[in-house]
Amino acid sequence: MSAYRLAENGHLIDRDKPVSFRFNGQTYSGFDGDTLASALLAQDVQHIAASFKYHRPRGVMTAGSQEPSGVVTLRSGGRQEPNCKAPEVEICEGLDAHPQNVWPSLGFDIQAVNGLLSPIFAAGFYYKTFFEAGQTGWHFFERFIRRAAGMGEASRLPDPDRYERANGFADVLVVGSGAAGLAAALTAARSGAKVLMAEEAAHFGGGLLASSATINGVPARQWCRETVLELTGLPNVTLMARTAIHGLFDDNTVGALERVADHKAQPEPHEARHRHWTIHAGQIVLATGAFERPMVFDGNDRPGVMLASAAVQYAACYGVAIGRAPVVMTNNDSGYQSAFDLRALGVPIATIVDPRDTVDPALLEQAASLSVTVRTGHVVASVSGRKGVKGVRIAPFDVRGGQLTGAGEHLEADAVLVSGGWTPNINLASQAGGKPAFDAELQAFLPGAPRPNVSFVSCGSAAGVFDLQSALASGQEAGRSATEKAGVKPLTTPTPTVEPTSPDVRPAAVFDIPPRRGKGKCFVDFQHDVTASDIALAHREGYVSVEHLKRYTTLGMAIDQGKNANMNALTLMARAQDRPIEEVGTTRFRPPYVPLSLGAIAGRETGRQFRPVRRSPIHDWHVSNDAVMLNTGPWERPRYYPKSGETITEAYIREATTVRKGVGMVDVSFLGKIDVQGPDAAEFLNRVYSNAFLKLPVGKARYGLMLREDGIVYDDGTTWRLSEHQYLMTTTTANAALVLAKMEYWHATAWPELRVKLTSLTDQWAGMAVAGPDSRAVLQAVVTDLALGAEDFGFMAVGNGRIGDIPVTIARLSFSGELAYEVFTASHHGLAVWEAIMAAGQDFDIIPYGTEALGTLRIEKGHVTATEIDGRTTADDLGLGGLCSKKKSFIGSALLGREALLENNRLQLVGLVSKESRALLPGAHLTASGSSESAGHVTATTYSPALERYIALGLLRRGRERHGETLTARFPLRGDTHEIEVVNPVFFDPDGSRMHG
Amino acid sequence: MRIGCPVCGDRDAHEFTYQGDGSRTTPPLDADQDQWFAHVYERTNPMGRHTECWLHTGGCRAVLIVERDTVTHEIFSVRLAGAQAAIHDEEAGQ
Ligand SMILES: [Zn+2]
Repeated sequence: MSAYRLAENGHLIDRDKPVSFRFNGQTYSGFDGDTLASALLAQDVQHIAASFKYHRPRGVMTAGSQEPSGVVTLRSGGRQEPNCKAPEVEICEGLDAHPQNVWPSLGFDIQAVNGLLSPIFAAGFYYKTFFEAGQTGWHFFERFIRRAAGMGEASRLPDPDRYERANGFADVLVVGSGAAGLAAALTAARSGAKVLMAEEAAHFGGGLLASSATINGVPARQWCRETVLELTGLPNVTLMARTAIHGLFDDNTVGALERVADHKAQPEPHEARHRHWTIHAGQIVLATGAFERPMVFDGNDRPGVMLASAAVQYAACYGVAIGRAPVVMTNNDSGYQSAFDLRALGVPIATIVDPRDTVDPALLEQAASLSVTVRTGHVVASVSGRKGVKGVRIAPFDVRGGQLTGAGEHLEADAVLVSGGWTPNINLASQAGGKPAFDAELQAFLPGAPRPNVSFVSCGSAAGVFDLQSALASGQEAGRSATEKAGVKPLTTPTPTVEPTSPDVRPAAVFDIPPRRGKGKCFVDFQHDVTASDIALAHREGYVSVEHLKRYTTLGMAIDQGKNANMNALTLMARAQDRPIEEVGTTRFRPPYVPLSLGAIAGRETGRQFRPVRRSPIHDWHVSNDAVMLNTGPWERPRYYPKSGETITEAYIREATTVRKGVGMVDVSFLGKIDVQGPDAAEFLNRVYSNAFLKLPVGKARYGLMLREDGIVYDDGTTWRLSEHQYLMTTTTANAALVLAKMEYWHATAWPELRVKLTSLTDQWAGMAVAGPDSRAVLQAVVTDLALGAEDFGFMAVGNGRIGDIPVTIARLSFSGELAYEVFTASHHGLAVWEAIMAAGQDFDIIPYGTEALGTLRIEKGHVTATEIDGRTTADDLGLGGLCSKKKSFIGSALLGREALLENNRLQLVGLVSKESRALLPGAHLTASGSSESAGHVTATTYSPALERYIALGLLRRGRERHGETLTARFPLRGDTHEIEVVNPVFFDPDGSRMHG
Repeated sequence: MRIGCPVCGDRDAHEFTYQGDGSRTTPPLDADQDQWFAHVYERTNPMGRHTECWLHTGGCRAVLIVERDTVTHEIFSVRLAGAQAAIHDEEAGQ
């Protein structure tokens, strides 16, 4: 444990700009450009986290977004964010980071005791213990487990930040900005294609940022900088840093998360924290690079055990040395290159351990010249030290047998740098492509071919091309072919020359080192604490499929999504099953590639912007007249207008009573309104409505019932014949859009010969219903140019008149059962007309009423709405059988006669009256007294001021035959039973004399 | 997924509403119960190429007949259904 800041190197940090930040309650100082990982390592803070299950001390293992161990919680309050990967967190002044999974503290983690109990936490522990205990058992244990396990805690406060969604477009999308990505982008960009290059890290360059090679005679880093500069200057190129492509979808639709302000203490006032991009890409180049592979050995999770390439990145980019005496363990030549690079950067590597017996003599020679000891035929068998590396046991290893062959010897060391070969990052390719192909030389999977409606090409190490010069060439070729496929003529550019040749990354097939006598903990999935013995156990218990293994052990299901664990797990499974890896197969990676913030997915659609709100043109009047509003779907409707001190019940009773005795007005702008126009409009309506429509005269309205094709009732409303070829159809509020779409469908596919045009006018018309015995007098006082006398303007009449200068269309319709009129006008006149009628109604004590009173009035009249038209009822069930014409065919008529729809045991609409003088509960079931068998249910309930009784509508088996019966309405969830009497559903004024008068 | 509406051009699938199997033809209203039963309930559910009906709800509101692969979502053809087709052809001819 002795990481430190080197005196030199670290081209991403600015040593003139110190930055102070907090971790675990202490203040530290780093430099501008540092990540949380590099800044903490520079101060030798290595134990920064505790593992999920055993609470083992953990440190940083990688230098990128694949980090499985060094996971922290950032900030506090509403901005608290768990599961942030320390190598990805850029420090800024005042940053506050906390360790997670530790209780009571990082230094004294009481739950580390789980480590001692590890046998009971083996694979499948949760399943075995809690599934067998049953639901009750799980509920009992759940709260304890959640408290102990949790992977950090999200804030329970509202998120103060803003998130955005955006769309991007490109001929060629390049994912990744390492050597291959830059080469591809440059080729496409110089050819004139519209290029978008996305890099998940803060800096472009990928592996080039820490490379010791030269490209065209200059350091790789310099070539990278110049290339980025050229790309930046091209108008057809967009470069996006801190932008992770998380998913490839159909038609080259690509999801991306741009972390706009995560590197700042908080976003600027105008700035979004994250922006989610939907990128529509002509072609996609996947230059996603490769992950160095960890190895599985006893203590491989200790702070100070790190990927070799990550140690190089910390030294080269941040000027941080991982230790004063690190040991390198590698099964391939790239580990040597890392060791040599580290030496050149000033990190004192003294020993390389390599299980292979024979190694390229040139490497051995170079090691000797640097006085680095190479122990071939040996491995690191175990690591000593708990919160950091104190030493390692180096032991002889038999590659063929895969076993240690001796106890070995102890070596003082303060870090272990591991290279288990390289795994191409095929995550995105796997999402949108065919089966990955196993490459025995690389011991890794290569991308499969894209699915037919996605077109991507992989290049560079993502495609298994690891030699730098070849990677550049493969990037150029990918850029060229993508440009061509995108319809732009590609230019060819010469491939840059690279010095020296890159190391051979093909590994010896040694990935795990089973401890002698089976003792020790060898981790495969670091974040979920899945060990090699868990995989062996799963195998013994019969888990053969890799998908099952994953679910049983939770391997690969932590936030790194198996980026580190996958290949090692497959190797262990294959060995246990004695099958080749290609037969074991791999799991398909699924989106998202990196965790997405929910805020970015939601974008601006939160709070009041959660969904669009629809308001009547008269909305403001309702609000300023103290209406309590109700959201019904997207609509905001006035529910009731309480006078001071009135409860909702008092208000709706007063409103409904006033309508029955005097006059009231309700806003009905919410109704669906469809213009049906054309020479064949009547024929069209006659087909979609179940009742006759051919002979409706001009100037008349008719109630219409619409069925579904299967004969079930769909919707109802009135349709007004405005002129020879023009009708105005009204629908229920909820079904307006659906009815229009269905009618458009029938018209387009079944009856294209009908000359009719359908147009939604819901937003164009404002509507209000004036109801009550005084309604005629009120309208006569304000309407001109239309005679409204009982003789002139009978029930269902439609006519045009004026209120002041404003044209209105009036229909004499009634939903309330009273004498009533619906007054429609253009939306922009809605408020003026409403106010004019209100003013005219002053002398009659007119009141506005809301949906509650509307509901009361309709229940009293037995009118059905969505609670009865519930997708199961036929017209006959609702007592509307007479509206299904026997003289014509219409939508639904053919299937109306099906056996089950004609059964005499069907639920039928009934009225219900409480025999206990108290409110009925909607949803209660109707049972015979003493029986608990449901014979139907209560659909809508109210207190009826007209009857002075508590009443309801319901659907009851053979209901029409049962008027007069006494039943019990049961609501077991509330332990309620209620004596009721079954009655005619038209409670009030059954002969309709009031509305016809 | 994007659908190439013959009226509006290539548009995102979110603008459209699926309206069911586009290969079936609505029987005449006076067809018998069996014919209507088959029309309403009997569906093939092909894995692969399928003819579908899509309404351009958030666009021109044309009903489209779309040939699409239900596995890959590849779209082979898009045409206007019935009435709109005739009107469109007429306008295109003028
Ligand atoms: Zn369209």
